[in-house]
Amino acid sequence: MDSFELKEVQRLEGHTDRVWSLDWNPATGHAGIPLVFASCSGDKTVRIWEQNLSTNLFSCKAVLEETHTRTVRSCAWSPSGKLLATASFDATTAIWENVGGDFECVSTLEGHENEVKSVSWNASGTLLATCSRDKSVWIWEVQPGNEFECVSVLQGHTQDVKMVRWHPTEDILFSCSYDNNIKVWADEGDSDDWQCVQTLGESNNGHTSTVWALSFNASGDKMVTCSDDLTLKVWETENIGMQSGGGFAPWRHICTLTGYHERTIFSVHWSRGGIFASGAADDAIRLFASNSESQVDGPLYKLLLKKEKAHDMDINSVQWSPGEKPLLASASDDGTIKVWDLIS
Amino acid sequence: MVSGLINANPVIYEKKQRQPRSAQSLPSDEYRVEPIDQQEIFDHIRDIKDPEHPYSLEELKVITEEAVEVNDQNSYVRVTFTPTVEHCSMATIIGLCLRVKLLRSLPSRYKVDIRVAPGSHATEAAVNKQLNDKERVAAALENPNLLDMVDECLAPSYD
Repeated sequence: MDSFELKEVQRLEGHTDRVWSLDWNPATGHAGIPLVFASCSGDKTVRIWEQNLSTNLFSCKAVLEETHTRTVRSCAWSPSGKLLATASFDATTAIWENVGGDFECVSTLEGHENEVKSVSWNASGTLLATCSRDKSVWIWEVQPGNEFECVSVLQGHTQDVKMVRWHPTEDILFSCSYDNNIKVWADEGDSDDWQCVQTLGESNNGHTSTVWALSFNASGDKMVTCSDDLTLKVWETENIGMQSGGGFAPWRHICTLTGYHERTIFSVHWSRGGIFASGAADDAIRLFASNSESQVDGPLYKLLLKKEKAHDMDINSVQWSPGEKPLLASASDDGTIKVWDLIS
Repeated sequence: MVSGLINANPVIYEKKQRQPRSAQSLPSDEYRVEPIDQQEIFDHIRDIKDPEHPYSLEELKVITEEAVEVNDQNSYVRVTFTPTVEHCSMATIIGLCLRVKLLRSLPSRYKVDIRVAPGSHATEAAVNKQLNDKERVAAALENPNLLDMVDECLAPSYD
């Protein structure tokens, strides 16, 4: 049997409150460009961390502050890596541009009634989605000159929306909520006619409590979700995106991973190598992979390893880096970020 | 005018006698780590003031020592509180006060669950879900009005 180890490479201090989320810059980590990620915190700041190519160690390159007036809940790099979007409890989403190493706030997206909880760019970087405690999901179109126009306000969730994620290749949006549901949104007819095309809820083997996060596999035909109900669920679709006839290929539940987590699972992220990591309120990181020895009707995914006490407090976010040999980064209530190397 | 209070006439109970902390440790035990127990947790929260009455949560029997479950080895606490009336809209504020007080009093390794006693509240599941959603708690504590209300309930009383 393969044996894996998650080795702590570095523990990064700097934030003065819980670290809620982090995001790797997708344009880094290859072609000699050092890895970069952004982290955001209850201390109202965003920090930019860069790897030194000779020591492989990360250091803080910039602190983005005095823009958000409350917790910065999540952050997301545009596909080109040139823009960073940050979502805050202050009801705004800020867009930052890297100008010669300095980050300037070039746009502020206003409209949500209260806390913005998540932000996501589509694959081409032309659309942005945000979601809020106000139960709505907004879609913004990127215009020339760093202008963002709201093209749709999606109502459908009955409680606060915890996360929005675009599909990795198609312009299909996924949202998950305190109302226990995952909703799939697509632009079915003419442009900007966004509709909810599917709801994955308790009645179709969905979650029985808050859904905190979701992540796609590399090919985009599978999705994993995590919840306050202490389970991870894997979902699959036959056809990615819209079929040629214009119909939507629905997602279906294929597997529930239960009994592994002791407290709320806040984060899940699927690596391009096929391993998904979970971060939970029990301070542990777990890694899962498809079960190659699976019998007919056997479990589809197996636990590769459990890293107990990965942090001193809840783990809010786990994210695999881009690049050939991905690193895992984790963000915690203990105010630190840790970078991990998966050794097999 | 009718009273605007949720529960205008609450029943007041006698406070439980304060027990001195366990017998003096012997000098050789000076550095021994004392595990956190039920009584210690109860001492942290018994004097929290009710949001609408000049009485403590103990005097209103919203909390009792028996309603505190603690496992120091696993760094786990669960507090089960009983609102004075079953449609009490103050339940989430009381729960928030309990959470904040324990957050400020206990070592950070502790995991805390707060819930209303089963059957004691009309929207029990909704209240419990809200009190244990840390994102909602974090957002609530950034609301100056709510934080003032919580701080007032946690302010030491001088009886």
